[in-house]
Amino acid sequence: MKILVPVKRIAALEEDFEIRDDGRDVDGDFINWDLNEWDDYSLETAMQIKEAAGGEPEVVVVTVGPDDAEEVLRKCLAKGADRAIRVWDDALEGADQLAIARVLAGVAKTEAPDLILAGVQSSDHSHGCTGIALSALLDMPHAAVVAAMTYSAGDAKVRVQRELEGGMLHAVDVSTPAVLTIQLGINTPRYASLRGIKQAAARPIEELSAADLGADFASASRVRRMYVPEKSRAQMIEGSPAEQAARIAEIIREATGA
Amino acid sequence: MSGILVVAEHRQGVLRPVSLELVSAVQDVRGALGDKVTVAVIGAGARAHQQTLSMAGVDELVFIDTPDAEFDPEVTEAALAALAAEIRPSLVVVPHSVDSMGYAASLAIRNGYGFATDVFGVAADGAAVVATRGGYGQKVNVELEFPGASTVLLALRGGTWKPPVDAASPAARDFAFSAPASRSKNVEFISPPATNDVDMTAKEFILSVGRGVGEEDNIERFRELADTVGAALGCSRPVADSGWLPKSRQIGQSGKTAAQCKLYMAMGISGAIQHLAGMKHVETIIAVNTDPNASIFSVAKYGVIGDMFEIADELEKHFA
Ligand SMILES: Cc1cc2nc3c(=O)[nH]c(=O)nc-3n(C[C@H](O)[C@H](O)[C@H](O)COP(=O)(O)OP(=O)(O)OC[C@H]3O[C@@H](n4cnc5c(N)ncnc54)[C@H](O)[C@@H]3O)c2cc1C
Repeated sequence: MKILVPVKRIAALEEDFEIRDDGRDVDGDFINWDLNEWDDYSLETAMQIKEAAGGEPEVVVVTVGPDDAEEVLRKCLAKGADRAIRVWDDALEGADQLAIARVLAGVAKTEAPDLILAGVQSSDHSHGCTGIALSALLDMPHAAVVAAMTYSAGDAKVRVQRELEGGMLHAVDVSTPAVLTIQLGINTPRYASLRGIKQAAARPIEELSAADLGADFASASRVRRMYVPEKSRAQMIEGSPAEQAARIAEIIREATGA
Repeated sequence: MSGILVVAEHRQGVLRPVSLELVSAVQDVRGALGDKVTVAVIGAGARAHQQTLSMAGVDELVFIDTPDAEFDPEVTEAALAALAAEIRPSLVVVPHSVDSMGYAASLAIRNGYGFATDVFGVAADGAAVVATRGGYGQKVNVELEFPGASTVLLALRGGTWKPPVDAASPAARDFAFSAPASRSKNVEFISPPATNDVDMTAKEFILSVGRGVGEEDNIERFRELADTVGAALGCSRPVADSGWLPKSRQIGQSGKTAAQCKLYMAMGISGAIQHLAGMKHVETIIAVNTDPNASIFSVAKYGVIGDMFEIADELEKHFA
């Protein structure tokens, strides 16, 4: 059995940042990279299925990104993933999530996993759509925002609980192979051990160019303009912490009539 | 150019209010993108929502009967693909919701639609759709275009547009399609377990802590602060997911709505849209955050750029 876990290197902006001259993205000098928070949970879900089945299922992580996106794959290897694949092509610069899904589908077709566990969304742009777009390209059954699931390696179906608005859960049986998008809080992601981190540094990362996959990577949208929105409506309370706290105390008294 | 399709959402027999907000969202681009606004309702018994949806701004209601009354991603997608093939809309809008996260991307990529999610601005440039959403943790706005797409599917953020107020009598019809044999089966809805913890929806003054609290040991300090100032202690999702506070204290889309709250103090909370969903309506919001660009400041009435621990220490002194 094989579980494919697509992961993303997400971008967090530094406190001060500038928009690129072409006005379509933030200047890369002001970006810090990290593994997407949701992907910690999808990887952990995969690892728990693997361990419950005595280690036999293979957990393969895949990312679409340039050379330095390798770091997030090493993080996953350190936590116990068996193999890591990175796909890139300079033509993918500026690609949207649907184009990324097309690349992932190319990998998934070769890997033929029994389960694909993606994150619900990424913490930088929160599109919440890559996993489900991928399911369409593979024509696989799917469920989004999975907050709990019951599945053992080899099962013909997975019982998921979709987490709805207001915290209500919706139990659904999905036949496998399936694509699920995994929600925060479904488990407690492990930390990588020092030993795991050391070993991961020496492990190979399989590299593919998007051209190897031979698909077309059309985007469904294009950024026209990126800009910093009008200044917030918040009235800023200035001064020392003592002065700020004094003003907050006043506001509290006014609002509560205390 | 042949119209705009709005997809209504319902659950357990109740129309989700966001459905009507979408009707308002498309009024500004009607004309530019298509004259007729069609609202589709999918599911067994869809007709039950006819009256609620008979509002100004709707030209036609289409009811699509399916085997199950509740949401199924594959059936929903097939129903909408069939309807869109008939009416050839230039714009399709769905709520940006847990349900739509389960089918919208699939519908878009299979049919070659332009596509964007969590959109809070819809405009037309000539006959082309322009959508605005946030980026980089809502710190920037991103304007998107959809070159070459004859249909654009947008998942729109709830709570952005006001629903129409006037009732109307739009035309209504049924639409039949051949539903695919779904590969998933709905089992049951499970309500969050009842607790005897406080009811956050009833609290008028809430002090919430987010990931900025750092670690579990620090929670106690803010519990004391909340007690001292007379607030109920709430939290953002990571704090509840870590088990530092019970889930019943979580404010936001998948938690509680601060329905009766008049004063909300957010400390160490960035202001993710799902958190805002539970509190942005509160009249007086005070936000304390070390990051001057945190998006929580865009909904707060008062903002403090600073360390929540320092502010907590100082604030306590005023209520001793
Ligand atoms: C379907 C779905 C449903 C969700 N439902 C909810 C929900 O109901 N409720 C919810 O909250 N989230 C929900 N989320 C998660 C949401 O997207 C965010 O991940 C979450 O709200 C982030 O919580 P946070 O602001 O505490 O953490 P972060 O985003 O990590 O922000 C922490 C903030 O603390 C600040 N900070 C750090 N240290 C300090 C300090 N010493 N003093 C002051 N400030 C400091 C930082 O600058 C930062 O802004 C949901 C997500 C999805 C996809």
